[in-house]
Amino acid sequence: MTDHQSVSAPRRRARGERFPTLRRAWRYGHTKAGLVLLVLVVLMAVVGPAIAPHSPTEFVGRPFAPPGQGALLGTDSLGHDVWTRVLYGGRTVLWTSIAATVIGMVLGTTLGLYAGFVRGAVDGLISRSLDVVLAFPQLVLVLLFVSMLGSHLWLIVLLSGVAIAPGVARVSRGMTMDLATRDFVRSAELLGLGRTRLLFGEVLPGLTSPLLVEATMRLMWSIGLIAGVSFLGFGVQAPAADWGLMINENRNGFSLQPWAVLAPVTMLGLLASGSGLVAEGLSRALALVSSAEMNP
Amino acid sequence: MTTSLVRVSDLSIDLPLSGSEVVQEVSFTVAEGEILGVVGESGSGKTSIGLALLGFARDGARLAAGSVSIDGVNLLALPQERLRELRGATVAYVAQDPGTALNPALRLGDQLGELIRAHDPGRTRLEAAARLGQMMDEVGLPTDPAFLRRFPHQVSGGQQQRVCIAMAFLMDPRVVVLDEPTTGLDVVTQARVLALVRRMCTEHAVAAIYISHDLAVVAAIADRVVVLYAGEVVESGPRATVLQAPRHPYSRALLRAVPDLEHRRHLESIPGGAPAPGRRPGGCSFHPRCPLADDRCVSTPPRLLELDDAHQVRCHHADRTAGVAVAPPVLPDLSTRQSAAPALSVSGLAIAYANQVVLSDIGFEVSSGECLAIVGESGSGKTTLSRTIAGLVTPGAGTMTLNGQPLPAGVRRRSQDARRAVQYVFQNPYASLNPRKSILDILTQPLRVLRSLGREEARHEAERALARVGLSTELLRRYPAELSGGERQRVAIARAVACRPSLLICDEVTSALDVSAQAAVVELLRQLVDELGLSLIFVTHDLALVRALAERTAVLQAGRIVEIGQTASLISDPQHDYARSLIGASPSLTPSYADPDSHSYPKEAP
Repeated sequence: MTDHQSVSAPRRRARGERFPTLRRAWRYGHTKAGLVLLVLVVLMAVVGPAIAPHSPTEFVGRPFAPPGQGALLGTDSLGHDVWTRVLYGGRTVLWTSIAATVIGMVLGTTLGLYAGFVRGAVDGLISRSLDVVLAFPQLVLVLLFVSMLGSHLWLIVLLSGVAIAPGVARVSRGMTMDLATRDFVRSAELLGLGRTRLLFGEVLPGLTSPLLVEATMRLMWSIGLIAGVSFLGFGVQAPAADWGLMINENRNGFSLQPWAVLAPVTMLGLLASGSGLVAEGLSRALALVSSAEMNP
Repeated sequence: MTTSLVRVSDLSIDLPLSGSEVVQEVSFTVAEGEILGVVGESGSGKTSIGLALLGFARDGARLAAGSVSIDGVNLLALPQERLRELRGATVAYVAQDPGTALNPALRLGDQLGELIRAHDPGRTRLEAAARLGQMMDEVGLPTDPAFLRRFPHQVSGGQQQRVCIAMAFLMDPRVVVLDEPTTGLDVVTQARVLALVRRMCTEHAVAAIYISHDLAVVAAIADRVVVLYAGEVVESGPRATVLQAPRHPYSRALLRAVPDLEHRRHLESIPGGAPAPGRRPGGCSFHPRCPLADDRCVSTPPRLLELDDAHQVRCHHADRTAGVAVAPPVLPDLSTRQSAAPALSVSGLAIAYANQVVLSDIGFEVSSGECLAIVGESGSGKTTLSRTIAGLVTPGAGTMTLNGQPLPAGVRRRSQDARRAVQYVFQNPYASLNPRKSILDILTQPLRVLRSLGREEARHEAERALARVGLSTELLRRYPAELSGGERQRVAIARAVACRPSLLICDEVTSALDVSAQAAVVELLRQLVDELGLSLIFVTHDLALVRALAERTAVLQAGRIVEIGQTASLISDPQHDYARSLIGASPSLTPSYADPDSHSYPKEAP
């Protein structure tokens, strides 16, 4: 038995794939289960309104009617169909939490990159300012500004993004501090590239995997945050359907008609645990891949 | 020689999970007072064998078959508790990196004392202290209690390794395993540590196993040598026989890749790379890289043949290598050709941080088509100097001129053309290539920025550059992690050369490579200098390499050039004391240097 290939290619085991973390993560059950949940919930929120049996504001029966009689999950506090409102109520929380995550990721990553690369006084200034934001509980921070500036959806999205940014910035700052000392960054510096190109062209690609983990985790948090804001009545306003708001509207009738509360709670739970599971799968894969990269 | 104290027979180590063999049927013996050198490339199984002498297998590995006997007791048959008693007392281990072998949170005295308490709890505190003092004295460390109260980071690397050696000999072991204990050390420190190891092994009459990838180091210390390839012993015998008249093609090829301090020779690299466990070919595992291989080598694994004088070789063609000279022919030394104007001239360069002088009054010139080597120990400022010329470090004073034009300090102040004309290759190819970029992106980026080439032109140039450094253009689609260290360093050189520089700066570019890849890189650099007429600044701590590559050499000590001149005359007749000690300390395969007793070194200053 001979194996001529082995001589020319003894290092194939360390294949430098484009996205090693993603490939690795896909092998975990966590990631697959999380993605299935996410796809289900997103699909429901997107096509739900098209298949809903009623209008979300149509009165189909008496308030807090139990399931049956044309209402699959019964009716809510005003006599709307709960199933219809569940189908309608996911869109807002979905796009707002995704938008908030994107804002937080972009803001946090950029600040962290600069702080970690420049160091010194700029780093001190950025890091301490972020600590101030971090000192507020996220919900309190959002409510503070919403109560001052009024309840606008864009404001809630923006504030949730700002609330997320410090955590992201810490991750990106720490990684940047490590990567910025590597010789490949020096090598790009020798080309005369400016700081922005060094940061976004050389350092940022090395951050993609940890940032991906961070993004899925932050998505989970912002779902909770935005649903919380809705529950408190600062988000989507009645009579529009929204999962967070539905919990608040129907909690008084919980003993009569638990489905009006359990259905939106379940949906939020599935959404949050879906992204949480994906985050778990990714971070496990990341730990493996980065330890392999450290010890070639 | 007395009877053998250590007897390893048919030792096999495997990885049960993947079913691949790390070490296959290795046998050797070591007598009391004898040092056995175990030589092999990374992945040859040498560290696994070292650990097996402690009855230990790494995570995921298993001591599958054979025996490791010390004084007739087979370690592999002993229960864990008995092994624990043996380790550190009967068998001691000195690890490669003393910085990680010592616990950074414990004072030196406590770490050493711990060993005495563990193995000899009956000893009183006073007796233990006396023993420690005696040991410190033996290894040439200060005996005062203040030294023992220090933490590992408060002493130098050489002193750390001395502490590790003291720790190994503390409990009067019968066997000591040394796993590349001098790899991280400077040449001068390395020579002192080697002399210490040699003396300690002789005085304590231990059986020592010295593991190394560096043939010159093994030549300086071992009585007998075992050469490992792909987990098998391919050759073993007395030092002089194995290192001067080896019979296995692998040992011979390895020796031909080692630079010679005494003469300039062509460095020959071994084609291909050493196979990893689980990917070893059938038949003779060296056959794909062997010049003598025929059908028999492919089909039948050779047995270990007993030649004369306890010399064993695992080769079907051992008879064909008898009496054939190993060393490549001696070449005339390089000397500076008459050149009109210097390409680079540096004068009055100085850098100081706070109170520490890093470089002071550095001045030299390099002509085009000439290689200047800058030699010095770590901390001598050689990397700072090369980075200053490259523009990564801004000096406090001094001027630089490139091709008659002033070369501003700091890359940001240089013109695009000046940035193109000075190219830099980093020490560690594992860090200098962005792991997230394909080789194509890595190679074309400088071309697009510095030579303003379009996408297609840059790709074309990248292909030419890869061909120039002897790599296939297939690599363009790959990522750095898929390449071996030698290939990565050649990509880094291709990246620099594609810019058509007039000055190429190479900072210790071979220190992360094994000896065969080093030979290939050095020969490539010499070829580039000759063919392209560029100037090369080659920074290194290895004087033997300098002889193969550089016309002139500058010796740097504590930020000053203490000697500069033609390489051949500087090595054969150094004027400055420091240059002399550096050359004296360089390990060499040549017999006059190989005799470990012919040189003695002063004790290291505390």
